[in-house]
Amino acid sequence: MIDRDSPVTEHELHAYVDGEIPADRRNAVEAWLGSHPEHAARVAHWRAQADAIRARYDAIASEPAPARFDLDKIAHASRPWRAVAAAAVIAAFLVGGVVGWMAHGASAAAPSRFDVFTAEALGAHKVYVVEVRHPVEVSGSERPHLVQWLSKRLDYELRIPDLERAGLKLVGGRLLPGPFGPAAFCMYEGASGERFTIYYARTDSPQTAMRYRAGDGFAALYWVENGLAYVVSGPPERERLANVAQAAYDQIDKAAPAAKP
Amino acid sequence: MVGFRQGVETTVPALRRYARALTRNAELADDLVQDTLVRALRSEHLFHGGDIRSWLYTILTNLNRNRLRSLARRPPMQAIEDNDAPDMTGPEAGARDIERALAVLAEDQRAALLLVVLEGLTYREVAEVQGVPIGTVMSRLARARMQIRAYLDGERPTLRRVK
Repeated sequence: MIDRDSPVTEHELHAYVDGEIPADRRNAVEAWLGSHPEHAARVAHWRAQADAIRARYDAIASEPAPARFDLDKIAHASRPWRAVAAAAVIAAFLVGGVVGWMAHGASAAAPSRFDVFTAEALGAHKVYVVEVRHPVEVSGSERPHLVQWLSKRLDYELRIPDLERAGLKLVGGRLLPGPFGPAAFCMYEGASGERFTIYYARTDSPQTAMRYRAGDGFAALYWVENGLAYVVSGPPERERLANVAQAAYDQIDKAAPAAKP
Repeated sequence: MVGFRQGVETTVPALRRYARALTRNAELADDLVQDTLVRALRSEHLFHGGDIRSWLYTILTNLNRNRLRSLARRPPMQAIEDNDAPDMTGPEAGARDIERALAVLAEDQRAALLLVVLEGLTYREVAEVQGVPIGTVMSRLARARMQIRAYLDGERPTLRRVK
């Protein structure tokens, strides 16, 4: 490591190796390396690592692509979705949809957390997505404040995903009274005005796969991860909803477990 | 959308290379690529311009992270392949050395390093793929390189000769 008073930083050395150093710093770094052989040796080692990685793997990109990667075939033959462990969430969702429906009929006596939370979330969804002037309490333009406030009230480090890639902008969020304590509720809007919401509530239920519920012109996907129940609600287009939920799940999942004791 | 399909298709070789280096397992790697393609084609209508290549790397990186997380929740099901003959020297031993060195890295560090040195993405592109600030990408790179060096120096001093 480089000491703090050095005129060249550790990051600059990496940027130098990776061709990301600004032109006006290149000479300074090279001159400094000339008088610091131990760092020049590190830089040489990093280059040798990169060479070894390329030597090992570059040839794979020159192999003819296997027939299974024919895009026409994939586009036509990928239903139901092929599920390796990575896509298991989606597979679980497709199966879970059926289970969810069966559970729905069978559990009238004792509503499960799935029943309770999806009912709450869909209720809030119905009430607030039609709001034109006051759909949220805190606007999406104040995202850091929104995250901080809702996290504090739920005593859980919430992740409010960025769904731009799924074509949705964050409208904002609000706090809701939930069946077992406060709940958080965030709204997103798509290009044609369609709205999706994410409902968050603390729960002691164990982790679950995604489950699906539809009704009343809306649909919801529910799952539990690290002590938090999530319900993504939106228009009843199963595939779009799955895409949105998957995008949210990927980002929430990306971060480390966040449950507070 | 012909441009979209073409963009995906021309990226397949690079995706296979990245997936192989990421997983160090040919079968797993091609499964990941296939899942990435399935996901990409299904999400075609959600792709609003931008760099198709970065977008595909993002999908693959996320799928692999999810795969590792779901594996971590279960007891190990599969023995790690290890058919290394001892006392090997030369380029083949070097190739195995770098494979093993990559295996000791944390997933996010490995992805950052491979996206930069193997796939030639800029720091900014890697930051987008990983959904983190550029400073985090640079820290991951630095840790990855430090650990690879420590591993190779400790375990196989001869790799220094491999170029």
